Amino acid sequence: MSQIFHPSINLIAKAMVAATVIGIIGISIVAYLFVRSPYMRGTTIAREQPVFFSHEHHVGELGLDCRYCHVNVERSGFAGVPSTDICMGCHSQVWADSPAIAPVKESMETGQSIAWNRVNALPDYVYFNHSIHLNKGIGCEECHGRVDKMGWTRKESPLSMEWCLSCHRNRADHVRPREEVFTMGYEPPADPAQREALQKALVAEYHVDVEQFNITDCSICHR
Amino acid sequence: MEKDRLNLAQLRKRLAEKTGKKYWRSLNEIAETGEFKEFLHQEFPSGAAFWEDGVSRRTFLKIMGASMALAGLTACTATNPEKIVPYVEAPEEVIPGQPLFFATAFPMVGYGLGVLVESHEGRPTKIEGNPDHPASMGATDLFAQASILDLYDPDRSRQPTRKSLIQDWKAFVKELGAAQEGWGQGEGVRILTQTVTSPTMASQIQAFLQKYPAAKWHQYEPAGRDTVRAGAKLAFGEYVETHYQLEDADIVLSLDADFLTSGLGNVRYAKDFMKRRRIAGEDENDVVMNRLYVVEPALSNTGVMADHRLPLRATDVDKFARSLAQKLGLNVEGGDPETYGDWLDAVAEDLASHKGQCVVIPGEQQEASVHALAHAINEALGNVGRTVIYTEPVEAEPVDQMASLQELVADMDAGSVEALFIFNGNPVYSSPADAPFKEAMGKVPFTVYLGDYLDETAVESLWYLPRSHYLETWSDIRTFDGTATIMQPLIEPLYQSKSDHELLAALAGDAEADPHMLVKNYWQENAPEDTGDFEKFWRASLNSGVVAGSEAQEKSVTASLAGVVRPLLPASEDMEIVFRPSPSLWDGRFANNGWLQELPNSITKLTWDNVALMAPAQAERLNLNDGDLINLHYFGQMVEAPVLILPGHVDNSVTVYLGYGRHVVGRVGQDVGFNAYQIRSSYRPWQDTGLLISYTGKTHSLARTQDHQLMEGRNLVISGTLEEFKQDPEFVQREVEYERISLYPEMSYNGYAWGMSIDLSACTGCNACVVACQAENNIPIVGKVEVMRSREMHWMRIDRYFIGDMDNPDVVYQPVMCQQCEGAPCEVVCPAAATVHSREGLNDMVYNRCIGTRYCENNCPYKVRHFNFFQYVDVNEPSLQLMRNPNVTVRSRGVMEKCTYCVQRINLGRINAKKENRQIRDGEVKTACQAVCPADAIVFGNIKDTESQVSRLKASPLDYELLGELNVQPRTTYLARLKNPNPKLAEV
Repeated sequence: MSQIFHPSINLIAKAMVAATVIGIIGISIVAYLFVRSPYMRGTTIAREQPVFFSHEHHVGELGLDCRYCHVNVERSGFAGVPSTDICMGCHSQVWADSPAIAPVKESMETGQSIAWNRVNALPDYVYFNHSIHLNKGIGCEECHGRVDKMGWTRKESPLSMEWCLSCHRNRADHVRPREEVFTMGYEPPADPAQREALQKALVAEYHVDVEQFNITDCSICHR
Repeated sequence: MEKDRLNLAQLRKRLAEKTGKKYWRSLNEIAETGEFKEFLHQEFPSGAAFWEDGVSRRTFLKIMGASMALAGLTACTATNPEKIVPYVEAPEEVIPGQPLFFATAFPMVGYGLGVLVESHEGRPTKIEGNPDHPASMGATDLFAQASILDLYDPDRSRQPTRKSLIQDWKAFVKELGAAQEGWGQGEGVRILTQTVTSPTMASQIQAFLQKYPAAKWHQYEPAGRDTVRAGAKLAFGEYVETHYQLEDADIVLSLDADFLTSGLGNVRYAKDFMKRRRIAGEDENDVVMNRLYVVEPALSNTGVMADHRLPLRATDVDKFARSLAQKLGLNVEGGDPETYGDWLDAVAEDLASHKGQCVVIPGEQQEASVHALAHAINEALGNVGRTVIYTEPVEAEPVDQMASLQELVADMDAGSVEALFIFNGNPVYSSPADAPFKEAMGKVPFTVYLGDYLDETAVESLWYLPRSHYLETWSDIRTFDGTATIMQPLIEPLYQSKSDHELLAALAGDAEADPHMLVKNYWQENAPEDTGDFEKFWRASLNSGVVAGSEAQEKSVTASLAGVVRPLLPASEDMEIVFRPSPSLWDGRFANNGWLQELPNSITKLTWDNVALMAPAQAERLNLNDGDLINLHYFGQMVEAPVLILPGHVDNSVTVYLGYGRHVVGRVGQDVGFNAYQIRSSYRPWQDTGLLISYTGKTHSLARTQDHQLMEGRNLVISGTLEEFKQDPEFVQREVEYERISLYPEMSYNGYAWGMSIDLSACTGCNACVVACQAENNIPIVGKVEVMRSREMHWMRIDRYFIGDMDNPDVVYQPVMCQQCEGAPCEVVCPAAATVHSREGLNDMVYNRCIGTRYCENNCPYKVRHFNFFQYVDVNEPSLQLMRNPNVTVRSRGVMEKCTYCVQRINLGRINAKKENRQIRDGEVKTACQAVCPADAIVFGNIKDTESQVSRLKASPLDYELLGELNVQPRTTYLARLKNPNPKLAEV
C-alpha cells in the first residue's frame, strides 16, 4: 500500500502550524490596534449637527469665551450645551435672517429643543466631572484639543481608560494656571526648569495633592 | 425538599440545655431541621443555581450563539451618537448635573412628614428628611422613602375611565354639570374622604357643604385613629390631640403602642427617645439612660427596644391599664394588680418615683378606654405639660370614622344617595365585613372615585379619575403638632391625573382651577397673624417646608374617669384575633410597591406575604407549623392564612396584618397574601376574642430571609446592661480579645479613611435604611421565588437575633452592609480586579469589570455581596428610568454588587471640598442609611480625624468588630447593645 501523504505534505503541515501560531498572534495584534484605532475611538469623525455651527468661527475668529455658551462648566459635572436662548442672545441681531440660523429660530419659536449629536460620550458607568478639572487647572484644550480650529466639532481624545489614567497618574504635567484654563494654544514655559517650578507651584497652590491622595482609585470614576 | 416539621417540645428542651446567653436566629436553627441545615451548609438553597423558567440548555446555547454573532457585528461599527437636548430657555437655578432640593411633605394617614426631595433636572429621585420639620428632624420613615417608587410605578393609571372605557376630564365635567342640576340642596350627595388635615381641602369641602347644605361629608381611614379620638372624648369630653415629649421622659410605658416605628409622629419620637438611650461617646462617669416598659401581644419594634416586655393579649391591655391605675391610687374598677405580680409593682413604683418625668403611651390600635385611662394616669403622675402635651385637634373635622362609614353604607343601601364622590382610600377593599361597601355602592347611580390606582373601588365606580401623586401637585397638610407644610410639586403630573383640590373645585363649578392658586389663595386669606408681606411669607414657607407659627394651640384639659370606671367590654378567655396595619404595606395603599413588598419584616423576616402570627406554645398545642394553611373563623366570616410562629407572641392570640390580598392593584401586589379585612368587624376593628381556627391540611411556602446568609452560630451580637457596663466598662472588650496575625502588610492611609459606627442600642429595626439604600443605589427587587432562593439584592439587611426563651425572648437588631474590610477577603480572589481596595479604605466595586465568577461572594464572611442572577433591573420601562439615581451605575445581569458607603456621595463631597481647597467636614457626607435613620444609630465619617463623631464613637469601650477573630479589620464597627433593666425585676 502506497503512502497516502506525499513527503512534501510535511512542509505544508509545518507551514500550517506556523501559520496558525502567527495567525493567532497576528489577529491579537490587529484586534489590539483596531480597538485603539482612531476609527474605533471615533476621533476621526467630525459629527454633523442639526445646526451649521463652527467652533472655529465662534472661538477662533470671534474669540468667544468657552463659558459664554457652556455656562455651567465651572459649577457642574456636566459642561452643558447652550440652551436656545443663549444662541438667540446674539443671533436675534446677528445673522438673524441667515438660513444657517433657521433651525435655532425654529427652536425658539416652537419651543422644541435642538437635538445635538453628542461628540464626546463616556460609557454610562464612567462618572466625569468638568468643574473639578477646571478648578484644579486642567485646560479645556487638554481633552478637547484645539476647538478653535474645528469646523464641525470632532472628538480629539480617545477617551479610553488608558488615556484618562495617563493624566491622572501624571497630574503635575498637565496643570496650568487657572486663568489659562480656557485659553486655546497655551504654551507652558519653554525652559524645563522654569516649567517644572511653575507646575510645582501650581500643584501646591491648587492642592492637587499629588502625594497625599490618589485619583487613580477605581471609585473616583466608577461607582 | 421534604420539609421537616418543627418539634416544639424538643426545641424547648434544647433551648433550656443551652448555657450562657442564648442567641438564636430562628426556630429552625435551634431545632436543626433539614431545611435549616441545608441553608447552613450550602450558601444557597438547592436549586439556586438553576433557572426553571423553561429555557432548555439547547435553546440557551442557540440564543447565546445568535447574540454572540450579533455582538460581533455591532462591535465593528461606530455607535450611533447619543443626543444632547438642551433647554430652549434655561430655567433659573437649574444647573444640569447638579441636583436641587425642594421642601414638601409626605402625606400618611392624613398627616404630613416634612421631606426634602432631590430633583435631577426636574425628576424627583430621592426623598430625604427635612431637618426644619418637627415630625422629621432630618429623618424619614420607610414609607416616605418608598413613595418615590409609587410616583414612577408603571402600573399607575393614566387616564380617566367611565365604566372602564377611556374618557377624559372634559367629558367628566360635562356629565358632572348635568348631574349637578338635579342636586337641589344636595340631599343625595355624599363625599367620602380619608382623614383630612389639609386646610385648603377642608375649606373647599366646607364651601361645598355651604352650597349644598343637605350634602354629607364622611371620612374613613381603615387604619385610622378612631380609638385615639374616642379615648380623648371619654376622658375630656372633647377631641384633643395628644403628643409626647420623650426627650424629657426617664420612664416610658407603652400600652401596646409601637410608637417608635409606627403611627403618628413616630420618626420624631424615635429621635427624641434615642437621645436618652445612646450612651456611647458620652462621659462614662455620668451615663444615664431612659427605661422602657412595653405591654403588647405580638413583638413590635418598640417591644424589641423594651427593657422589660410583658406579652399580654391585646384584649387584656385594658385590664392591665386598670390595674396600674388602681396601683397609682386612681378610682377605677376591673383591675387585678395581683395578676401581674412584681412586674406591675416595679412599673408602678418606677412611674411614681419619676413624676413629671415619665409617660404612659397607649397604642393607636388600643381601645378607647385604654386611652382614657392613660390620660388619667399621665395626669395623676404630673406628666401633663411636661412629657404629655395636649393641643387643639389637628384634623379638620375629627369624627368617629367607623360610624361615619357605617352611616354612609346604610344611606347608600337605603337608596337615598344619588351621587358619591370618593377621595382615594379604596373603601371597597378596606371596608369591614359588616359594612358591605361594594354592594351598597352599586345602588348609587353616580359614583366618582379619585384614586391612586385602578383598584377594587375604581372598577366598581361609574367614573374613575386618576389621582395625582403628592410630588405632582400643590397641596398643604399638617403634622402631629399642627405645624402646616405647603406641599409643592416636584414634577408636572405624568399622566392625566387630578388632585383632590381640583376635583373639589370642579364640584364647586370651577373645572379648570389651578391647584397652585387654590392653595395660595387659601393661605393669602388665612395666613397666621403678623406675617407681614404675603409673598415673603409664602416664599419662606415653601423654602423651609414649614409654615411658621402654625402649630396647634396648647390646650389645658382635665381628665375624668367617669366614663371608664367600669370595664366597657366583657372579659373573655376565648382565643383572640388582633388586626394591625402591616409594617410595610400599611392599610394596603402600598400593595403595588415592590420595595415594600420585598422588604423583610423586621422580626419575622418575611417578604411577599402576610401570615397568622401566633405563639410557639399555641402552635405546639394546635400542632401547627410555619407555612401550614389554617382557616381563621371570626365574625361569621372565614379567611385562609398561613401560620407563622413568632417567638414572644402572647399565647391564645393570633395577629394578622391588614393590607394584603389585593385583587385589583397592579403587577406587583396582585393576590399577594390574604385579605384580613374580610373578617374585620366595625365595632371591634382592632382586637376581639372569639377566633376559631381550623387546619386545612395544606401548606404555603413563605419567602423568608431569616435563615439566609447565616453566620455559623458565632456570637455576633454583644449585649449587656447598663449596670454591667457601669461596673465593668471593658466587658465588651474582654469578649473580643483576639490575637491578630496577618501575612499581609498593614495598610497605610494618607488621606481620608472612611469608617462607620452602628449603635445596636439605638437601632429600632424600622427598615427605613434598607429602603433608603434601595432608592439611593438603584437596587432592584427580585420577586418571591427568587427571594426563596436567597437572591434578594438588598445591600443592607437587618439581622435579628433572639436571646433567651422563646415565649418572651429578648431581641437584638444588627444592620449589616459591606463592612469595608481592610484585609478584605473578596479582593484577593477576584480574577478580574473588579473589586479593589481604595486608598481611603473602601472596597471599590467596579461593575463594568465584573465577569460574575462569584468568588468574592463565596469568600465574604459577612455575606453582603449580591449577584444579579438575571436581569433584575427593568431597563425597558420608561417611567422607572426617570426614577433612577443618575450618579449610580445600573447593574445588569451577571454582575456582583454591594455597598460602597455611598461612594457617589463621598465623591460629591470631595469635589465640593476640593473646589474650596479644604478637607471634607465631619458630617458633610452622609450615607443614605445614615441620613434617613430616625434613631441616629448609624454614623459615618473619617476615622483618621480623631475629632470626628465616628472616631469618638469608635473609641467607646462598647465598640467591637463583627467577626473580629477573622482579622479582616472591618471599617464598620458596632457598639454593643445596652439595656437599662429595673434591678427589681430579675429577668433579662
